[in-house]
Amino acid sequence: MAIDKVWVVAESSGGAPTSLTLELLTKARSLGSVVEAVAWGGDVASTAGELGSHGASKVYDLGDLGDALPGSRVAAAIAAQIQAGNGPDLILIGTSYDGRDVAGRLSARIDRPVLTNLVDLTVEDGVPVAHHAIFGGTQTARSRFTAEGPGIFVVRAKSFAAEPAGGPAAEVAPVEVPEAGATDTARVRERHVEERTGPQLDEADVVVSGGRGLGQAEKYEMIEELAKLLKAAPGASRAIVDAGWVPYAYQVGQTGKTVKPTVYLACGISGATQHMVGMKGAKNIIAINKDQEAPILSIADLGIVGDVHKVVPKLIDALKARA
Amino acid sequence: MNVAVCVKQIPDPAAPGSLHPDTKNLVREGKLILDDSDSYGVEMALQLAEHAGGGEVTLVSMAPNEETSGLRTALAMGAARAILVSDETLAGSDALGTAKVLAAAIKRAEPDLVMAATESTDGYTGTTPAQVAELLGLPSVTFAKRIDVSEGSVRVERQTEAGYDEVECPLPALVTVTAGVVEPRYPSFKGIMAAKGKPVEQLKVTDLGLSPDQVGSAGARQEVTDVAAAEERKAGEIVVDEGDAHERIIAFLEQLKVL
Repeated sequence: MAIDKVWVVAESSGGAPTSLTLELLTKARSLGSVVEAVAWGGDVASTAGELGSHGASKVYDLGDLGDALPGSRVAAAIAAQIQAGNGPDLILIGTSYDGRDVAGRLSARIDRPVLTNLVDLTVEDGVPVAHHAIFGGTQTARSRFTAEGPGIFVVRAKSFAAEPAGGPAAEVAPVEVPEAGATDTARVRERHVEERTGPQLDEADVVVSGGRGLGQAEKYEMIEELAKLLKAAPGASRAIVDAGWVPYAYQVGQTGKTVKPTVYLACGISGATQHMVGMKGAKNIIAINKDQEAPILSIADLGIVGDVHKVVPKLIDALKARA
Repeated sequence: MNVAVCVKQIPDPAAPGSLHPDTKNLVREGKLILDDSDSYGVEMALQLAEHAGGGEVTLVSMAPNEETSGLRTALAMGAARAILVSDETLAGSDALGTAKVLAAAIKRAEPDLVMAATESTDGYTGTTPAQVAELLGLPSVTFAKRIDVSEGSVRVERQTEAGYDEVECPLPALVTVTAGVVEPRYPSFKGIMAAKGKPVEQLKVTDLGLSPDQVGSAGARQEVTDVAAAEERKAGEIVVDEGDAHERIIAFLEQLKVL
């Protein structure tokens, strides 16, 4: 079974493809001979250049979805293409808020299984093989589909590096979106952009994360201040997200974001497997924890056995003094 | 208002997980507990039902060995009843197979609202809720950080990359909640005692009108081929803070040219 056509569900933000989309396109080039993108929004034409340079020869344009949530409509449109015999051999979707909606709905619609949380994808004897980091990244499982495709793969961010190949802009092919009925009745009434200074968590060169060792919600301010001084993005362990100290968007780990910064600074995080799988790809890890036995110290390049309430304020003062 | 909450009973996440050497399925024998991620959905469902001035919260779960210990925890929090699908043919189910079972079981509860966690702690595929919604023909709003119900519709603050969206959706609908949206209550002693007498409807796959080849490893159409140890990261330098550890951190950051 050779892989001929690969589709990438291409999300965009502010008129440009997301970095995750470009990562998927880059990988798609090495998987199939034809790479095509499926995109939506009012500005698909403006993304065609970048989609093309990263490998897409064509972009199916579902048009402006207005205030609808994408999941149901995008799944319906892809399913219609597949049913019309125009489908790909495999579909790559990013692990994003909307990406997972599309993947789940598409899977149910075309009655095909889905493999998720991929950190790599290879082809062996013509069969796509998914790689997953399991048990906190201590083991790698490989899996594959055992039935006819198209196979749906949901890939975690930062699994591949995005690299342009220098191709021409993708040909924009408008596609009609079929009616999705009751499944398509959720409407966005208002979009709120939360002011964030500094880099995005999953793109930042430096990430400063806090965990339960901070003791109380108010102490997270310390993490934000330190992050600001280091031009870093603030992150969090699941424990303090579960406790409601910071929003889910800050979470690093298995059920949160995967980060691969140059420096990951973990403050008061013990290193549950749930957390480690999301950050052990960092080039350098610095950890501050008062417990010498904390698992995070076993993977840290620089491990400080100490109290975050003492070390972090001094670090903040020292950085301020340098500024 | 009737709310159905999908709850998963999982091996204790604090204990190291393992895969079965032959099937490479996650080992789910032994005592299972309520997935922490689901306690938020249960709490939210209880609050919404209370706020609406009535209605029942029904738990829907699929688990091996007729496991009910996790369900009892959620019943003790205040859920009225549970539907449990437990069947040997379900071993090795993938997300879509699981969704088929949950969707069929949810239908029996005829809920106005279906709630689930964004993903389970053990398998964390994160696609099951959207699959369930599609199979039931329902709209869905995932990654809710706030939920209000009024006059036949649900209003949700949905997490986005940029911030959040206010989304409105007519009922019936499916909503998934992120952790931390509400503070799950601790079961009271009275709640724990009451939970023992609450009804748990035990179902088999055929009771749901599904055939065994749609579910379990037979229906999974995917397999784990092998598992290998990942490359290990080695510990580097360990410094015990004696009041000057911050200087060591700054020196390291300078060395990395971050400063």
